[in-house]
Amino acid sequence: MDLSVILQVLDSTVRLSTPLLLAALAGLFSERSGVFDIGLEGKMLGAAFAAGAAAAVFGSPWIGLLFAVLVGLVLALVHAFASITVKGNQIVSGVAINFIALGLTALLGQSWFARGGRTPQLSQEQRFSPIELPGSEALADVPILGPIYADLISGHNLIVYFAFFMVPVTYWIVFKTRFGLRLRAVGENPAAVDTAGISVVWARYRAVMICGVLCGFAGAYLSIGQQAGFVQNMTAGKGFIALAALIFARWKPLNAMYACLLFGFLDAVAIRMQGAEFPIIGTVNSQLMQALPYILTVILLAGFIGKAVPPKAGGVAYTKER
Amino acid sequence: MSGNNGNPAADAREPAIELRGISKAFGPVQANKDIDLRVAKGSIHGIIGENGAGKSTLMSILYGFYQADKGDILINDKVLKISDSQAAIAAGIGMVHQHFMLVENFTVLENIILGAEGGSILNRAVTNAEKELERIEREYALEVNPDTLIEELPVGLQQRVEILKALYRGAEILILDEPTGVLTPAEADHLFRILQQLKEQGKTIILITHKLREIMAITDSVSVMRRGEMVATRETAKTSVEELAELMVGRRVLLQVDKKPAKPGDVKLSIENLTVKDGRGVTMVENVSLNVRAGEIVGIAGVAGNGQSELLEAIAGIRRAKSGKVILDGKPIGVTSKVDPGMLRDQGLAHVPEDRHHMGLVLPFEENENSILGYHDRPEYLKGPLLQIDAIRDDAKKKIEQYDIRPPNCRLKTANFSGGNQQKIVLAREMERDPVVLLVGQPTRGVDVGAIEFIHKRIIEMRDQGKAILLVSVELDEIRSLADRVLVMFAGRVVGERSPDTSEGELGLLMAGVEDSKETAA
Repeated sequence: MDLSVILQVLDSTVRLSTPLLLAALAGLFSERSGVFDIGLEGKMLGAAFAAGAAAAVFGSPWIGLLFAVLVGLVLALVHAFASITVKGNQIVSGVAINFIALGLTALLGQSWFARGGRTPQLSQEQRFSPIELPGSEALADVPILGPIYADLISGHNLIVYFAFFMVPVTYWIVFKTRFGLRLRAVGENPAAVDTAGISVVWARYRAVMICGVLCGFAGAYLSIGQQAGFVQNMTAGKGFIALAALIFARWKPLNAMYACLLFGFLDAVAIRMQGAEFPIIGTVNSQLMQALPYILTVILLAGFIGKAVPPKAGGVAYTKER
Repeated sequence: MSGNNGNPAADAREPAIELRGISKAFGPVQANKDIDLRVAKGSIHGIIGENGAGKSTLMSILYGFYQADKGDILINDKVLKISDSQAAIAAGIGMVHQHFMLVENFTVLENIILGAEGGSILNRAVTNAEKELERIEREYALEVNPDTLIEELPVGLQQRVEILKALYRGAEILILDEPTGVLTPAEADHLFRILQQLKEQGKTIILITHKLREIMAITDSVSVMRRGEMVATRETAKTSVEELAELMVGRRVLLQVDKKPAKPGDVKLSIENLTVKDGRGVTMVENVSLNVRAGEIVGIAGVAGNGQSELLEAIAGIRRAKSGKVILDGKPIGVTSKVDPGMLRDQGLAHVPEDRHHMGLVLPFEENENSILGYHDRPEYLKGPLLQIDAIRDDAKKKIEQYDIRPPNCRLKTANFSGGNQQKIVLAREMERDPVVLLVGQPTRGVDVGAIEFIHKRIIEMRDQGKAILLVSVELDEIRSLADRVLVMFAGRVVGERSPDTSEGELGLLMAGVEDSKETAA
């Protein structure tokens, strides 16, 4: 295998792991604060639809992104209201959001655009297109480093860079700021935060809202970054894979990036291997290749990470005790 | 009721806190009723009362956790509205909760600054906090390494972190809610020294407890609460344990258990060289041998965590022993191989586990269901595979009457009974089976004074009926008043046997692991 093939695989690894990474970081904020979020999938899907629809109607990816973030935020607030304010079951609320998003995007897509649930195909100006980083052309001829810079690091759209930039930012927010300290504290022992005179509800609301915004970016990436329009159920379980990555990463930002890159890589390899001829085995069944990342996820989660301890107060609404 | 006897000496001094007519109801339950309280500046004031007397509610109101329905709070003679904990902290009130309000996987420093970070970015805030904390630690001689994780600290030090948290926020008034519940006697003594010192430095301390001894040991004045009302305030020096107990319960209480000398019969439970390891492979019980005869109570004293729990569990068949023999009523039981508590129950072993919430009861179950738990497969409760609900309920009603379980309602969820009544449910279930050997762990933990008296009487009655009783308790007073022989466990071994009249000091030394010169003959 030569360098260009490896670079191609790695390049698509980056593209494929971007939405996972954004969703995983989104989940990190929410779950670190003690609100489990199984609705990452639904928020992403809703946001992807909003981005695709708004970009098509208004002709600008920025307006698409804005709507995506708004939809992500609104769905997050629904989850926050259900699980923090009225103390409902967080899993049920998350599942409900997933179903609402799946149903509404299909319904609204069909009734607004009448293309079988798709949004109109977007032109180059209506979506985020790849950015050539300065000097990539000039350096392309430098052996090894040149192609790595030109093909792997340069040439992604804005949201890809944003996603990877968010990794250190998330780390900094969660571990180096007052907001992060309180965020982690409400996820571990909300009573300690309450008795320190800080509002548990507000701290959790803020965390869940950040989660919604990041899900907005993740969804926008799918419909107006990676692809040119919204397709029914285009998240296809990415929200759940992101959740798995988050657990795999033990709720740590840098680990989450590695986990998402790993899942992205498996996906990239699967795509690459489709229809390829192997000695002895022959052509590998394409469905099997597509299932590979999921099979590996199960194996990894089941056996190789040991015990992942979630935030102690996760999944439980805070009630003052007598 | 004795009325509200304020004492003149305390009144003469300026009050740090004054409560006037505080009332608070939770639905139909009047938790606090028209409470008046004055706490003098620079004093240690005790608030004593049984579980559910309303002590914690009152303090939660003071700390802004709840709002009073009626009444005023005065801090330094100024009426203050304490609408949340932030307001209480600003007014100089600090609280050390019964269940620590600490984030376990945070460092000491992170816990201390939480809510008082002093800046939105931690790095800078942390450096300032470190300096300030160092100053406080030096001033009050309360050293804790600020970089240690809370979960790695022993409870005594965790509590110290709670005190530091309050001092860091500039607390002048410190409320401690049942602070010794989780401490060993040595840790409790240390805490009292700290409180004494804080008092000398001008802090005002309110100590909430249901332990009379602590009140007598450390407070300057004491207020007694009963059923949501403040029934009396006394100067500690001018009151007695008996008077306080009577005020708490509302009737005379026998603190000393009346018992005739034991008439020991045959050996019913014999333990030989028992060794037990815990889940991590650490030896918790090492080579323990002891005998319990019919008609005697053998008490095992020791600071919590010295192997008593594991010993009890191994005998009860809950935990498998590594080696050794247990002979129950002349028949060896396979404690090292296959053994299950049900089998042992059939052979006449009853067990009142140490932790009634985790082992003794299923809290969401109805009282009558818990009253047959473990005995539910007895023929009198069954008709084929079906439970005989009527028989079970009749049986439960009988026990409720015998053990004075309140409220007398066998259909009530067990979680809704008070600690003392829950304990009675377990005791009734285990004792009414006419066992040969009775294992009792911490029979009165979290149980109020009135119920303690009752439980102690029942245990003595069982002894007089000729049962062999093995009693494990971390309350040395309880061991001394109930047991006919006292064994002391330290670090998994029985380090000595004494008569129950042995001085507390001598037993205390044994409990602390100071080696025994006299050879033991257990």
